[in-house]
Amino acid sequence: MAAATDHQPLLNVANLQVRYGSIMAVKDISFCVTAGELVCLIGANGAGKTSTLKALARMIPAGGEIHYAGQRIDGLPAYALISQGLALVPEGRGVFSRLTVAENLAMGAYHRHRPDERAAVQEDEARMYVLFPRLAERRRQLAGTLSGGEQQMLAIGRALMGKPQLLLLDEPSMGLAPLLVQTVFDAIRSVAQSGVTILLVEQNARLALTVCSRGYVMESGAITLTDSAENLLADPRVRAAYLGE
Amino acid sequence: MVVPYKPYGQLALLVLCLPPYRIIRGVDIFLQQVANGLTLGSIYALVALGYTLVYGILGLINFAHGEVVMVGALTALAASKFLLAAALPPAVVFVLAFLLAAAVCMALGIVIERIAYRPLRNAPRLAPLITAIGVSIILQQLAMMLWGRSYHAMPQLLPEMAFALGGVQITVIQLVIIGVAGLTMAALLVLVNRTRLGRAMRATAESPSIAALMGVDANRIIVLAFLIGSALAALAGMLVASNYGIAHYNMGFMLGLKAFTAAVLGGIGNLAGAVVGGLLLGVIEALGAGYIGDLTGGVLGSQYQDVFAFFVLIGVLVLRPAGLLGERVAERA
Repeated sequence: MAAATDHQPLLNVANLQVRYGSIMAVKDISFCVTAGELVCLIGANGAGKTSTLKALARMIPAGGEIHYAGQRIDGLPAYALISQGLALVPEGRGVFSRLTVAENLAMGAYHRHRPDERAAVQEDEARMYVLFPRLAERRRQLAGTLSGGEQQMLAIGRALMGKPQLLLLDEPSMGLAPLLVQTVFDAIRSVAQSGVTILLVEQNARLALTVCSRGYVMESGAITLTDSAENLLADPRVRAAYLGE
Repeated sequence: MVVPYKPYGQLALLVLCLPPYRIIRGVDIFLQQVANGLTLGSIYALVALGYTLVYGILGLINFAHGEVVMVGALTALAASKFLLAAALPPAVVFVLAFLLAAAVCMALGIVIERIAYRPLRNAPRLAPLITAIGVSIILQQLAMMLWGRSYHAMPQLLPEMAFALGGVQITVIQLVIIGVAGLTMAALLVLVNRTRLGRAMRATAESPSIAALMGVDANRIIVLAFLIGSALAALAGMLVASNYGIAHYNMGFMLGLKAFTAAVLGGIGNLAGAVVGGLLLGVIEALGAGYIGDLTGGVLGSQYQDVFAFFVLIGVLVLRPAGLLGERVAERA
């Protein structure tokens, strides 16, 4: 796990393209995330945000260059990324419904299997139960029986079990009750404070911009605006299009 | 893979369907058939596990699996003859012949996956089914060219002793079959349900792309499923050849079809289901063969044994397509 230097971004994306047949879902976008940042990618449904994250996680083929921690990763298979410190919490959570909560967390630490890591993995599991007490109560339960909010907590916890340096989060607020959204976002904030770099994709622009320091606005496959979260919240175009004002 | 579902209703129904009491001339005969059925059923279960392991992960029915059992049986047979000629003790020959057969079958499993299934991973579901049947025919023909059309006698590696338990005669080979199959299946269930690798297998079965995010290389898990399935097939082939004392190039077809029936009966994709389905099918067949003469007044004899497996297959597909331990809803994300 090579640490990025201060000047070099942890994640540097250049001319990323994703196409589905003849449709260009992501059109030549470039952006970067510096180590320690919490950056968001906001935009309407269908703007290409999820495709961007999936391309970064190598779940779908994409054009362009992706540099992560000073290394080009767009030739690597998806399963090689987590050991480089890059984790994705996928859209729709993607918990393993027929595995228990504890087994899902153990899957998150799948690549940390050396015997000398066992104690650290156990510590991390205990830490997840502190971060999400709801999961502690349900650790022996099948993940498929959890509520949407609990599944989201589990999906984030599972990704953190992999000790990521960069966490990609896809729509963590989707389909959650307001109270749970609060819980999930509190957790995201505390994860960021613990030193994990986060790229957050959200449709809920207001929510995203209140936790992030910087944001990119995506519209029909292209990045149309980028600024500090503060400025984006004040930007009339953003206010009109995404904040319902 | 396993959903807690208790098939008491189905089991009770099956017990009621067993031959009516008046036909049971003696409890001894009944128990003898059950013992024979459990022996046969253990073999079905071993083969059924191979179907279910691959189906659970790939959603693919590996119709070439029965031929892998045949290759295992004939390899074990050839190896046994060769090793006996080298004057090794029969018990050692038994173990070595199995290991050789397992090695050959595992290599074969990898080759089948690579050549017939991997290139069609994203093809319509009918395509790999057709290549499976193609592989099955190729293997049968190759075996025919290599071993000929004749039946080969499996050397007697285990003592021909039999124990009398009450009125039931159990041979050493039957005890070995039930014991070895039982231990192997228990080990497999522990592997899948209790280990890191098993967890990765279950996760990949549910979603290969999400499991990849945790660092699981789906191809390695798929190869592992083929390796385990093929080793179990080799074991089943060796045991079935030892039980009947013969092996031939065409033995895999019917055995494979019955084991597939067992897997469907238990709920394909479900490991415990394959074991339950295999044992149950073996017992149903043995009882059917044992009592069909009495039931039909001597019109039909035990040569109609094979009919029962397919009655079971039709019955399950009509009444409970998901199988005894299968899930009631669509299982793949």
